[in-house]
Amino acid sequence: MSSQKNILRLFIILGVFSWLLMLGSGHLYRFGQIHHTSTEVDLFFTKAFLIAFIVVIYFFYRRNIGSQEGFNIIDLLWKVFVTGLIATVVSLSSNFLMSLLKDQEHGRNPYFLDTLYYINVGLITTFLIATFTVCKRLILYQKSKRLIRTWNVFEYGLLGSSLLFFTNLNIYSGLGWFIQSLLALLAIVLSVNLKWVAYLSFKQKWKSILLIILIGLYIGYFYTILNGYEESNGFVPVFSALKVFSINALYFFALVYCVFSVLVILFNLPTSSVFEQKIVEAVNFQRLSQSRNTGQNEDQVFEILIDSAASVSVANAAWLDILDENEDVKKTLFHKTGQREKEIILKSIKTNQVKGIKSSVPSRNIKKNRFVAEIKHEVYRSIFVIPVFIQDKQVAVLSLVKDVNDGFNKETIEIIRTFINQASISIENYRLMEEAIINERYKEELKIAKQVQDSLLPKHLSTIDGIEMSAFSKPAAEVGGDYFDTYKMSDSRIALVIGDVSGKGTSAAFHMSQMKGIFQSLVQLNISAREFIIKANNALSSCLDRTSFITTTYFIIDGKEKKFEFSRAGHCPTLYFSEKDKKVKFLEDNGLGLGILRDDQFNDFVEVNEIGYNSGDVLFLYTDGITEAKNQKHEEFGYERLMKFLEKNAFYSADYIKEEILKTLYDFCGTSNLDDDITTLIVKVK
Amino acid sequence: MVEIKNSLENDIFTIYVIGEVDASSSIHLDESINEATSKHKKIIVNCEQLEYISSAGLGVFMSYINDLNEKDIKMVIYGLSEKVLHVFQILGLDQLLKITNNEEEAKVIVNGI
Repeated sequence: MSSQKNILRLFIILGVFSWLLMLGSGHLYRFGQIHHTSTEVDLFFTKAFLIAFIVVIYFFYRRNIGSQEGFNIIDLLWKVFVTGLIATVVSLSSNFLMSLLKDQEHGRNPYFLDTLYYINVGLITTFLIATFTVCKRLILYQKSKRLIRTWNVFEYGLLGSSLLFFTNLNIYSGLGWFIQSLLALLAIVLSVNLKWVAYLSFKQKWKSILLIILIGLYIGYFYTILNGYEESNGFVPVFSALKVFSINALYFFALVYCVFSVLVILFNLPTSSVFEQKIVEAVNFQRLSQSRNTGQNEDQVFEILIDSAASVSVANAAWLDILDENEDVKKTLFHKTGQREKEIILKSIKTNQVKGIKSSVPSRNIKKNRFVAEIKHEVYRSIFVIPVFIQDKQVAVLSLVKDVNDGFNKETIEIIRTFINQASISIENYRLMEEAIINERYKEELKIAKQVQDSLLPKHLSTIDGIEMSAFSKPAAEVGGDYFDTYKMSDSRIALVIGDVSGKGTSAAFHMSQMKGIFQSLVQLNISAREFIIKANNALSSCLDRTSFITTTYFIIDGKEKKFEFSRAGHCPTLYFSEKDKKVKFLEDNGLGLGILRDDQFNDFVEVNEIGYNSGDVLFLYTDGITEAKNQKHEEFGYERLMKFLEKNAFYSADYIKEEILKTLYDFCGTSNLDDDITTLIVKVK
Repeated sequence: MVEIKNSLENDIFTIYVIGEVDASSSIHLDESINEATSKHKKIIVNCEQLEYISSAGLGVFMSYINDLNEKDIKMVIYGLSEKVLHVFQILGLDQLLKITNNEEEAKVIVNGI
């Protein structure tokens, strides 16, 4: 920024300097003329400094005006106007001074008159170049390669013709006219580039006309001033600035462009409202499309919609009924009207004048409640009603009213339709986002549920001397219905349980936690396996819903008597490896799942069994997720494979057996993501 | 997915359970048994084409055990595959529901002969 200022300052200094040099060399020439010692060389310097002055001013304005980004047209014209004003005031005062001193000795002093002339030439040149630079910006407002090329030819032509000044080529000679005509032709060709006019608002157009007319007046005034000098009696300036080709051409160009501009602006005045309207449409459309990205809520989008629709259709009033799920009006947004007036308007619709609109664009959104109609109201004459749909569901109805008959033409209706489509997309996006947020929240809740359920399963299995245990449980979804637990009843007795709730997922998880409560309560009563099952069934009968049940197997391991006491309540039969027999078998006692019979009849189905155990015996408890796990051929893992597995692995530790069964199962299924909850609890007698 | 068909022959209402009964499709089974038990006293459930039944499906059968006794409705299930029958057995449902091998036996039971 400061370097820009410094450069401008440098140009000003250079400008003043070259002007002073022109003045000095001019006076020298005059001195020579008066004393008859003049040579052509002296005038050459004056001319050279004038050209230098023009070039410096040109670069000054090119920097000052020509390089501004995002300029305002009115500001540019204003700058030229102010430059012209200053130049005129100074020029007028110098002329006033001259006429004041006309009859005095000093007033006829050629050096004095020369100085005034140089001042005028400096001011006029400055003003012309300022105008030229602004014209350049306006002409190149929407530039094309060809236009820039033409302009460059014009600019170099001006520069080149300036040099002709040195050759004493008469501007009015044949060649002079030819060169002038060429420059004039280029000026006219360039002057038809007036695209900037279209971007002015109505008000700006009037302002521009005023400014350009004033600028034109300055140009005319300056021309007469310069011309006048040459015609005024008794004084002939050392050179005539009007004989400089470029200055002459600049005059012509500036004048032509001013005239063209004024005419074009004048002719554009009546249609400027249309252009402004189009810009409003574009801006509103952009607002609506942006609301899609910024995730504005529904009310905000509806507000933008009603504002935009009212402004593009130039409606006198509007309202937007926002509908709820049942398509009843939930809320109404008003624009320059109110509830009372709305009702009056609705009542005054001439029902025989209602016209449905057939759209040129086929759309699923056309329903019969979209219409234009005439209304009989003291102010309003026509109404346009259009519904807003989101995924075939009506969410709002927009109504616009106007104080003229047939106020809504086809174009307006189409534009409002596009607005409504945009608004629908915005709202739909917003809703999808809301849904995503809710889903995310559910996921979080499920995560918490999973953590809670994980904590319901024992991390450490309590055991007694001589018994080794290992367990694993994994739900298919976040939470599941499998359960296992152990409890140390005394130094020599432990209880263990495995359970499976019918169904899957969250409902199963709730019942699983009930089962945990029941186990932890009953096991402390130090009751037999039979009593445990009966009491658990009793308790669950009032907890479980109609179609739910829980299968379970309950074991009491007595380390002193070296026996298992167990009862199976509908659960998958436990796999037992007897070290003595070297055989694996299922403990298939009778039994009923808990919750299947919810009264005393259940007791008749409870069976209890006892097995004396030896070192090396293995109990393999599991849920049906293991036996029913399927491979890609839809074969179940099944009881046979399970038996074979244990036969092969019963000699290893409980932990090893657990790891192996998982490996075997996952290998069989080809994945570790199984469809069902899986749980296993392995007991090994050391 | 499960497909459920019905037929009424004389006074015997037959429900055909075809396909797989899992947690979501068990609702359809529940609806049709519910409807059958509210209108008919003799019900046969044909499971010849039942390929798989989950615990939720078993829960549906289970939930009607009391109803059947109280309303004196005779319901017989037949045609269970070995695998499906095993599932009924493990849970103990075979002790509470009447399960036969074929239609004739089922008819004999519902007719109370």
